[in-house]
Amino acid sequence: MSSAVGQLSLRYWWRKFKSATMMGATVAATLLTLVPLFWVLGYLLKQGLSGIDLAFFTSLPRPVGEKGGGMGNAVLGTLELVTLATVMAVPLGVSAGLYLTEPGRNGLMANAVRFAADVLMGVPSIVIGIFVYALVVRPMKTFSALAGAIALATMMAPLVVRTTEEAIKLVPLELRESALALGVPRWKTSLFIVVRTAARGIATGILLALARIAGETAPLLFTAFGNQFWSTSLTRPIAALTVQVYTYAISPFPEWHRQAWAGALVLTGMVLIVELSVHMLTGKKVRAPR
Amino acid sequence: MAKLSLVHLSAYFGRVKTLKDINLDIPEYNVTAVIGPSGCGKTTLVRCLNRMHEVVRDARVEGEVLLDGENIYAPGVDPVQIRRRVGMVFQKPTPFPTMSIEENVIAGLKLNGSVRNSAQRAEIVERCLRLAALWDEVKDNLGKPGTSLSGGQQQRLCIARALAVEPEVLLMDEPCSSLDPASTARIEELVLELKSQYTIVIVTHNMQQAARASDYTAFLLNGVLIEFGETKQIFTNPKRQETEDYITGRFG
Ligand SMILES: Nc1ncnc2c1ncn2[C@@H]1O[C@H](COP(=O)(O)OP(=O)(O)OP(=O)(O)O)[C@@H](O)[C@H]1O
Ligand SMILES: [Mg+2]
Repeated sequence: MSSAVGQLSLRYWWRKFKSATMMGATVAATLLTLVPLFWVLGYLLKQGLSGIDLAFFTSLPRPVGEKGGGMGNAVLGTLELVTLATVMAVPLGVSAGLYLTEPGRNGLMANAVRFAADVLMGVPSIVIGIFVYALVVRPMKTFSALAGAIALATMMAPLVVRTTEEAIKLVPLELRESALALGVPRWKTSLFIVVRTAARGIATGILLALARIAGETAPLLFTAFGNQFWSTSLTRPIAALTVQVYTYAISPFPEWHRQAWAGALVLTGMVLIVELSVHMLTGKKVRAPR
Repeated sequence: MAKLSLVHLSAYFGRVKTLKDINLDIPEYNVTAVIGPSGCGKTTLVRCLNRMHEVVRDARVEGEVLLDGENIYAPGVDPVQIRRRVGMVFQKPTPFPTMSIEENVIAGLKLNGSVRNSAQRAEIVERCLRLAALWDEVKDNLGKPGTSLSGGQQQRLCIARALAVEPEVLLMDEPCSSLDPASTARIEELVLELKSQYTIVIVTHNMQQAARASDYTAFLLNGVLIEFGETKQIFTNPKRQETEDYITGRFG
């Protein structure tokens, strides 16, 4: 009897030991993945914070040697490029995602769209830049905000297609059928019941895609090109934070390096704000129909 | 008088014939129960009556369904118009999760573009919720999400939503299968009240429910209509051995 209990408690402690070891391993793995994140953020803050003041957002870059100046035009440029790209990519991406989820759309065309989106997501962003260079910049004979936005939209659209598809797939079939059974035409059912029910998921996908393209440099190098002056014109080169940071970071001037760090920090901050709004969107639970 | 007549109706999922040559007259302003073991085709049958069967991929129908004497499967007939005349309540309550109670009731009309002003809207919402015996429970919370209600309340909300479109026929596919006895009793009462204005077809697994709430009963087995008649006759004096075996619980 007592030996049975002894054996039992030995097994019990062995199990406890295994549990603790595994727990320790998972905690260590978590910390290991978090360390780079906070390291990058911390380093960015340390290097970049001193370069950020009001003038950074309101003034133009100064020539080498002059103190002060900022990247106001690049902040504005990035906002313009991302907005334009979103305006182009979202209607396209959401429509295509909706198309893929319509019942009975599993044929050749849907698979082709799905495949194209997947391939496009895998294309290196520099290639997309060159593609838009050939397609838009050459015929227009100038780098332009329009070309930059098209390049970013080309990256954003397939992301939106797939996230929209996933979000809509979560809408129960019964909901679609209930609307149809009320005598609601199919297109209204898709638009006002299905898309509306999936709206939060779709919005989350759009914001994540937006955060993703806001940090892109490569597709802008041959398209938006960059600009040292204020410009919002669609048909002229436009500054972007990523390109500006890149140009400044590879320059030999310490003052420009400081500005590059500040630019990187501002960009990260902008992306972080988007990510936080995603978090707030998805944090509120939508009650599923029972 | 027959509101709906099924004439040599067969239904297919792909190459599988699920309903086999059904002939049946569903009388107006009466409750017709459809009973039969699981998988015999009850859901398929009612979905053929408002052209919901064809929503499923590769599903098709042969034969005719006459609504007031006109074939709803005739070429040129718009299924959307049929579904406005033949409403449906599903097995699981399915309120639209993005809409309030009030919006749920009005959803069909609103999406069909036929609500004119807010007074009319309020009138319709109240009338339909009263018809569905839900008004007293929700009248102070019309703005709350439809999904915040209990299962039984949600099902009555779905009934109100179906009634708002002013159908002539109401199809109910096991409307009580996910409800407690009290909610089930309310819905049965409701069915009895509604039959003075609507023709009702109700699918049920519950023999007592069929006996209590319906005037006519159709018994299906493996996609074949075995027997149809007045409920009293089916339950007390069935003509076919299969019917008797089923209602006495010997199989199914
Ligand atoms: N979407 C579908 N695709 C293919 N076959 C289907 C589909 N829905 C139903 N079936 C088949 O059709 C037959 C009848 O199904 P149906 O849902 O009408 O049965 P039921 O009598 O309503 O059963 P239950 O009482 O379990 O609800 C079943 O054999 C089922 O497998
Ligand atoms: Mg069924």
